[in-house]
Amino acid sequence: MAKATDVKKFTGTPGQIRRQRIEQSGAIVIILLMSVWMLANLIKAPEQFVQVAISGLRNGLIYALIALGYTLVYGIIELINFAHGDLFMLSAIFSSFFITYWIGADQSNPKGWLAFASCLVAVMIFGAVVNVLIERLAYRRLRKAPRLAPLITAVGMSFLLNFIGLKWNGSTPRQWPTVIPSGDIYIGEIRISLITLWLFLIGLPLLLALNYLVTNTKQGKAMRATSQDKDASTLMGINVNKTIAFTFALGGAMAGAAGLLYQQSIGTTSYNLGFQLGLIAFTSAVLGGIGNLWGAVVGGLLIGLIQGLNDGLPYAFGQQWSQSVVFTILIIILVFRPAGLLGKAVTEKV
Amino acid sequence: MSAMLEVKNIQVAYGKIIAVKDVSVTVNQGEIVTLIGSNGAGKSTTLRTISGLIKPKSGEITFNGKRIDGMPGHEIVGMGICHAPEGRRIFPRMTVKENLELGAFLRNNKGEVAADMAKVLDLFPRLKERIDQRAGTMSGGEQQMLAVSRALMGDPKLLLLDEPSMGLAPVLVELIFDTIVKIRQQGVTILLIEQNATAALDVADRAYVLESGKVKISGSAKELSADDKVTKAYLGH
Repeated sequence: MAKATDVKKFTGTPGQIRRQRIEQSGAIVIILLMSVWMLANLIKAPEQFVQVAISGLRNGLIYALIALGYTLVYGIIELINFAHGDLFMLSAIFSSFFITYWIGADQSNPKGWLAFASCLVAVMIFGAVVNVLIERLAYRRLRKAPRLAPLITAVGMSFLLNFIGLKWNGSTPRQWPTVIPSGDIYIGEIRISLITLWLFLIGLPLLLALNYLVTNTKQGKAMRATSQDKDASTLMGINVNKTIAFTFALGGAMAGAAGLLYQQSIGTTSYNLGFQLGLIAFTSAVLGGIGNLWGAVVGGLLIGLIQGLNDGLPYAFGQQWSQSVVFTILIIILVFRPAGLLGKAVTEKV
Repeated sequence: MSAMLEVKNIQVAYGKIIAVKDVSVTVNQGEIVTLIGSNGAGKSTTLRTISGLIKPKSGEITFNGKRIDGMPGHEIVGMGICHAPEGRRIFPRMTVKENLELGAFLRNNKGEVAADMAKVLDLFPRLKERIDQRAGTMSGGEQQMLAVSRALMGDPKLLLLDEPSMGLAPVLVELIFDTIVKIRQQGVTILLIEQNATAALDVADRAYVLESGKVKISGSAKELSADDKVTKAYLGH
């Protein structure tokens, strides 16, 4: 594999070769600068470095879960589902009401843990059902329409969900109790909150399960086939409509889980959550290479990490620059690698 | 002989453009039937309609006595109609093996699928060499072999082949047609579309000549090869 890419590098017209050289040297300069920056911080405050890196990765995990929904849907019908961030927001509100009002749990005790566990199942079903309904009612009939029509519909759907969130949550942010064991544990001088551990204990298996489903099951194979050629998939006996609905269900379930994990770790919900986190998660998906599952995960974790480092390290731009840093990274990556970190432009014979 | 597939007076349109005006085709058990005609005559559209990729505006299609027009495409595959479509339409980012496995998507008997896989790889030994290669990186001829093999993996009663010789070198064209005859010997009924009318009439039992969405002439392949109008228009001599 490595050899093949070595050979491929620096071939083509003089212009292409120059571009490849610039890409490569640009990447090296960026990686060097980042290393110097991180090393300086690591020397100045080692414990703090590890701590902010872990909390960054924690946020990154939530970005990754949401980004998967963008990337799954894009992968299969080439639609950027702008409503996906708002689905995450509704899931966070759903989780809050489910745990606090419907079950009535408000602290970390067996009742609270049970509420959390049942909420995980319920909110994943909630996310899946809402996402499937959106596809069924709005996107399916536009599948053969010009590209712009489903895109605008997705924007409209985003507003619709936003307003449902506004009615449900109210216009001001709401605080909610955490029902999973919080507190901190120490490894040496490094403080890690228990909630972070919980997030990884739930989020990572979800990612692995999703990956298994897509790469190793018959349904996953149908998804990959459908993403490449819908008519040919039909001729194989694949129910294309069902496969697309299933993909939306998977993305929705991931957004649902992300909603619960966010609500329990941050403890606040607001109706415009979907816009902020949705945009960052979308950025993660593009950064990793949209349509690529591991790309979404890597992109999410990376953005979370960089954001965490930037917000918490002594030599950094600081929290007020957080968003600017994220989107600057996006722009730089897109200039040098338009297909994203793990995305690759495939050569196909026609 | 009993009619396996009966297409009766179908009319098919893409939006306002009528691609097939009035086509009736019968395919009997065990036959090779070919549809010939120039570009835009409605051959591919007829096949796509049989497979359920498009719904006809009028007319009916029966397969072994059961109406299949209007049925969703994936269910038609389940009845035993497999289609190697125009332009090959293999899954480029999957390996040859994965493509073949997808051809058997609806089949659950793993033993039979494995046996059929061995059978098609015998038919096209070239594919065996490329089994783990990404299908999109293969040559056109290899892709065509894959498209035909993939359709065979569905264990078809009726195999629809849309221009299997398109864009291939003469040696490969010969190989493909030899294989078509072999496939029929294994008990598969074949409906074949071809621009290469000479080769098609050579292997076929019966033929239909389509022109601007209508059946112009039909008859046994021998009769048509001898027919003046056909030879002038489609055989080029």
